Order: sequence, then structure tokens, then C-alpha cells
Amino acid sequence: MKLVKEGAPAADAWTHVDDDGELPDGAAVIVSLARFKADRDALMGRNAPLGLRLQSHEPPADVAEDLTRFEVVALEFPVFRDGRGYTHAVQLRQRFGFDGEVRAVGDVLWDQIPNMLRCGVDAFEVADDFPLEAFEEARTVFTNVYQPDVSGRPTVFELRHG
Amino acid sequence: MYRYDEFDQTAVNERVVQFRGQVERRLKGLMTEEQFKPLRLMNGLYLQLHAYMLRVAIPYGTLSSAQMRMLAHVARKYDKGYGHFTTRQNIQYNWPRLVDTPAILEDLATVQMHGIQTSGNCIRNVTSDPFAGAAADEVEDPRPWCEIIRQWSTFHPEFMYLPRKFKIAVVASERDRAAIKLHDIGIRVVRNEAGETGFEFWIGGGMGRTPIIAKKIKDFVPKADLLDYATACLRVYNALGRRDNIYKARIKILVHEMGLDKFAEAVEAEFARTRGTVKLPEAEIARIQAYFALPAFADLPARSTAFEARKFEDRAFRDFVRTNVRAHKAPGHAIVSISLKADGVAPGDASAEQMDLVADLAERYAHGEIRVTHEQNLVLPHVPLDDVYDVWTALKAAGLGTANIGLVSDIICCPGLDYCDLANARSIPVAEAIQRRFADLERQHAIGDLKIKMSGCINACGHHHVGHIGILGVDKHGQELYQLQLGGSGAEDASLAKLTGAGFPPDRIVDAVETVVETYLSLRDGDDESFLACYRRVGMAPFKAALYEAR
Amino acid sequence: MKVFTANRLSDGAVVYIGDGETWVETLDAARVVTDAEGEAALDATAKAAVKARLVVGAYPMPVTVEDGTIRPDSVRERIRAAGPSNRTDLGKQAEMGR
Repeated sequence: MKLVKEGAPAADAWTHVDDDGELPDGAAVIVSLARFKADRDALMGRNAPLGLRLQSHEPPADVAEDLTRFEVVALEFPVFRDGRGYTHAVQLRQRFGFDGEVRAVGDVLWDQIPNMLRCGVDAFEVADDFPLEAFEEARTVFTNVYQPDVSGRPTVFELRHG
Repeated sequence: MYRYDEFDQTAVNERVVQFRGQVERRLKGLMTEEQFKPLRLMNGLYLQLHAYMLRVAIPYGTLSSAQMRMLAHVARKYDKGYGHFTTRQNIQYNWPRLVDTPAILEDLATVQMHGIQTSGNCIRNVTSDPFAGAAADEVEDPRPWCEIIRQWSTFHPEFMYLPRKFKIAVVASERDRAAIKLHDIGIRVVRNEAGETGFEFWIGGGMGRTPIIAKKIKDFVPKADLLDYATACLRVYNALGRRDNIYKARIKILVHEMGLDKFAEAVEAEFARTRGTVKLPEAEIARIQAYFALPAFADLPARSTAFEARKFEDRAFRDFVRTNVRAHKAPGHAIVSISLKADGVAPGDASAEQMDLVADLAERYAHGEIRVTHEQNLVLPHVPLDDVYDVWTALKAAGLGTANIGLVSDIICCPGLDYCDLANARSIPVAEAIQRRFADLERQHAIGDLKIKMSGCINACGHHHVGHIGILGVDKHGQELYQLQLGGSGAEDASLAKLTGAGFPPDRIVDAVETVVETYLSLRDGDDESFLACYRRVGMAPFKAALYEAR
Repeated sequence: MKVFTANRLSDGAVVYIGDGETWVETLDAARVVTDAEGEAALDATAKAAVKARLVVGAYPMPVTVEDGTIRPDSVRERIRAAGPSNRTDLGKQAEMGR
């Protein structure tokens, strides 16, 4: 797997930890919602960066009060047709003002990247041979947008009127 | 009519480039069929029984003559010379090659057309009243709102992978000519006491395996809130709609399982948080409305002497006027429906030559505007009464002059097992056999308003749940069998048809339909009582008896 | 008895496995298999063709052979083999008539 940010491979400082896995001392770890709920106090107090992994049926609203503790929220896309992650990304950014990394993991496909970016995903865990060209295309495929998105750029409705 | 500006044109052109890349990647093996399928579907490309099928969007059923000519061109150049107009006001081509589809879309883009979101689990092409802009009973033209919804829903980043497809319809009159209560969201444009425009929202309607009539979720959404309120509905659905079972994934099931009140509460909470997010400037509403300004109609007397004289002289014309011509809001004009239900032609099919003729007639007589109806017919919305006879004469010569709108032979019918990969039984041959049985126009007129709707599988593309008489084709042990349903309506008095009982084999379904019709004729309270009114008065029992007990 | 069928990727046309590993456009030229071994061989050919992006969605379909004519058991496959039953001027039935 590789991590892609801003269209280029990026160093991944984070480790996904299983629900019963050891927490390496001082390491930046991403834990599941179940693990977080079970070990909340210990994890909140831990002196190391913390990330949260949400399955597609786990809305960010479930951890609204604790979101500031996380530097990364990884959203799982179990199959490409499960689009809940788009709404969850939008909610993270707009409703909860989450400004850490929102990472897409799972079944991420070439043609979904443009919309994931627009919904607030800014990091992608993809297979090693995933073409970087897809990220380039994602930035250029559509010049304008009809809906407001996390970028805050004006929509076509607005652009038409200055 | 709306016309693209550079923003709209750029978006459609960019989509063509994107799709061309997707097709190339598929052909090169950079993605599997499973990965390609949702992408091609989102551009209306299916793989059916005999070939690919391309569904082209006709937003809210409005076409210009130039667009209709392009549809004819596509039929001739890339297909087998015809197209099929659908119950969602779109057109389908049955024989395109995958390798040609980028070129087809490129051609379509030159007349501001596309296949964007005509399939897939996303917000589909928005539909509307085919008489919009011409009907005397509308509050205002609903199409500017349709266009606003079209733009907002195009490439919506959050709502491309919904639990299931999502259909929106908009009308602006009490009469519902777009079946809004059978849509995921149905919108009726209304005016409040202060005279302000707003929207009545209906939610959770639909047909398919579990037909449900939409429930009213909001009496009045102010126009500035239209898109925020719609976003809230979609967001709640995307987060909570079921994804474990394709047959329970539509919003109608979510609303049913949550209950309307709880669903509405969730929408209100989201709406309260996000209201004001989608900016829809007043100037933008005005800009879009300006495109739908009515054409400059000639100042004509309400009554046309020439038209009246023709009606008097020509009985066949009189029949045509009775069923196919409706009052227009402008004096001296009429709304003329063109039946695509001629004997021996699959309902909704039109040849390239017929499309060209309709384009010519629209240009010559009707301000260049054409509509497609969800009942799979065409409409010339603005024809001077003085010209209706000439229009009819030209239509008749091309096999388009059938005087049967709303009658027993004006059947809604899906492509069925003759074309469709999902179908369980054929529907076109049954529709054609019914048309032949009732070929006598005099008899059809005597029977009066009667909507037969037929589907070849439970997906209900042929709207059988809301047919006055509905027919559903099923597969029973490898044999085609047809179930009969009675008493449905897709109009403002929406109701779901009820099953009569055991199904009928292909060689008996037409007899069964005729039995139902004869039973109605024997029971009706005078010539003016329609089939539906009669059924609602007498109930299922006498029909059931006639169908099953006599044997 | 079975025949393997699919749609061709490039144009969607209905095709069948014929002699060797070829794909043919008419049912007449399809190879009929009568046992599990034969079906396994066609299945391997089909899988290879899907992988090679020649065809999409290959599957076996039951047929009956009468007087040397292959007839699919299901209505659906009879329509696929011929063309739309309401338009005998279209599809394979039209080409055969020419």
C-alpha cells in the first residue's frame, strides 16, 4: 500500500492497529471506533498522535465530542458502491470543522477521487501500483462545480453573478 | 427553453472526455467489468440482451427541433434507425457499440445533450409536466426549477453512490401529469398566501417490488431553501438508507421503516444546520427563468373558424382533437399530443424519419419546441389552432396521427424480455396484441379514458402499479405469465392497483383484459363514468367474478 | 446439453463458443457439450476470454438439439439467439434471413 497526498506519494507516519494489537510506545496509531470506545480513557491520555478509523456505518457524529483528539480520521470504503463515506467526510469538514487528515481507505477507484477530494478527503491509501495519473486527472477533469464543496470555491450559480 | 452557457457546455464536454478515458481504460484492461459497470451506467450505458443500450437524458422532457434532429442522427448513424422514448422522458438506443459511445456523446454535446446520470445510484434526470409552460392550470412554469435541480444534481460529489437510484419530479399544478407521488422526491410548485413561490415536498414514493405512494413531508419550502432542503433529504438518505438488500434500498423503505415523522425530524435537524449552504442568487433564478419565457404568440382569437370547420367536416380529425388536442393558456393555441402508440409499433418507439418530421413540424408550427411525456408520447406544446389540421395531416402521413391519447390502446410499456436483461417476460407483444384487439377506434372512444400500463418484471418501468389496468409479466417455471392488476392511478389521485388473482398465460391475457373492459362497460353508471371511477365505486369483486368464476 | 454464451465487449453482440476457442455470432455454429468435462473446457475458454477482454459475462445455457438444430431451453435465450420478437427485421434473425 502507499499513501497519496496532493497527488504524490507521501510518507506514512501512521500505523493501523488491530483491536487487540499492542500500541507501540509513542507511535502514531490509527484505531477502530470499537477500540477507541473500549480504551477511550487510555487512548485520550496517551502521549502520542492518535487517529481514528471509521467503518462506513459509523458516522462521525458518534465521536463528535472527541474529534479534536484525532489528527487523522480514516474512512473505510468497503466497496465502491457504498457512498456513506462521502457524507461522513462532508460532515467531518463542515459540521464538525475537523481540520486534520481525512484518509480514504478500502475500495478507492480512479474515478471516485475527484468527488472524494471535493467532500474533504485529502489522503488516499491505495495499492502500490495505483496510477498517480488518476490524481492528476482528478484535479483537472472538471473546471467548475455546480455545488458548494469543502474547497469553498464559488459554484457555477455564483460565478455567473460575479 | 434553457440554453447552456459556457459553464454548462464545458461541464458536458469534460464529461465526454472523462468517459472516453473510462472506455479506453476498460478496453485496455486497466479496469474490470465490475469496476466499469457503475461508470458506464452513470452515463446511461447498459449491457442488455442483444447489445449495449444507451439512455440519453431529455431533462424534464423538453426538446428543441435541433435536439430532436440530433436524436434522429444518432439513431441513423450509430443505431438501427429508431429510438425508444421512456417513462422517464428519456430516449434509449438499443444497438450502440461500446467503442462508438464516446463519439455519440460528443455528437450529443453539440446540441447540449448527454447521458449524464441516466442510470446508476445517483440523482437521475429530473422529470416534469409535459404541458409545462402551456397548461392553463399551472401556478408558474415548473421547468426553471427543474433546470436548477438538474444543475445542482449534476456530478453532485456526495450523492453519486447512494443506496439506490433517486428520482425527482416537479409539477406546478393541481393536476399531476408527472406522477410526482411515485417519485423519491415529488415537488409541487405552489404559492403561499403572500403570493410567494415555494415548494410542497413529497417523499418516499416509488414503484418496483414494493410500491408506495409518497407522503407529504413539507407544505412549503421557500424558493431560497429548495436546494438546501433537498440536500438535507439526500444526506439523511445517503447516511441511513439500507445497503444490505437492493430491494430495500430506496428511500421509500427508509421513510417507511423510520416513519415519516422521525425521518422528517432528521431532515429538519440537518436542514437547520446547513440552511444557506447552497447559494442560489435571485439573479440566477431570474436568469434561468428568462430562458423559459413563453414564445411570442400571435395575437389570435380564442376560436379558430378554420379549425372548427375542419372538425365539422372531418370525422377522423374530430376524433384526433377529442383525444390529442388540449387547451392552451394562450388564446387561439392548442397543445397537440403525438401518439407513439400506433398499431404494430412498440409503445414509445419512433423512427429517425419520424423524429425528423416532428422536428420539422415543431419548427414550422410550434416555436421549435417538443416535449416527451412519461406516458411515452410526444407533444407539440404551442400550436396555433389554425394549424392543427395541417399538423395532423402531416403526422398522419408518417404514422403519427393516431387519435388514441388516454384510450385503451395508449399503453405504457417497458421494453420487456425482447430487449431487457432484467425482464422476466415479454411486454411489447402483449401490448401490441391488446392494441390489435381494440383496434376499432370507435370502440376505444366508447370505452373512454383507460390507462393500461405494462411491465415485464417487478422493477415496474412500465408503471403497472398505477395503471387503471396494470399488467405484470412474470416467469413461472420458465413460462411467461401475466398478472392483472386493477384500479391504479399515477395522477393527483394516486392509488396502487390491486391484483385480480392468478396470472394468465400469453394466449389468454388479452382475453382477460377484454373481459375487464366488458365488465366495466356493463357496470358503468352512464357513458361519463370512467373505468377508474367505476372500479372505485364497485370494487374488485365483479371483475374477479367475470375473470375467474365463469370458467 | 449446454452452450456457452456471452456478449462481446466491443459492441455487445451476443456470441457463443464455437469450434476451438473461437467465438461465433450464430447459435448454429456453437459447440454443444454434454458432460461435465466438456462444460469445464468451455468454462476455461470463457474465463480466458473474459480476462482477455473479448467478452463480458460469460455463462452456460441449457439447450436441446433436435434434428441437428440447437434450441435454447429458455425464452430469454431464444430471444437472444434471434433478436426482438416484435421486430423480426432486427438482430440475428434478420441477418439469417438475408
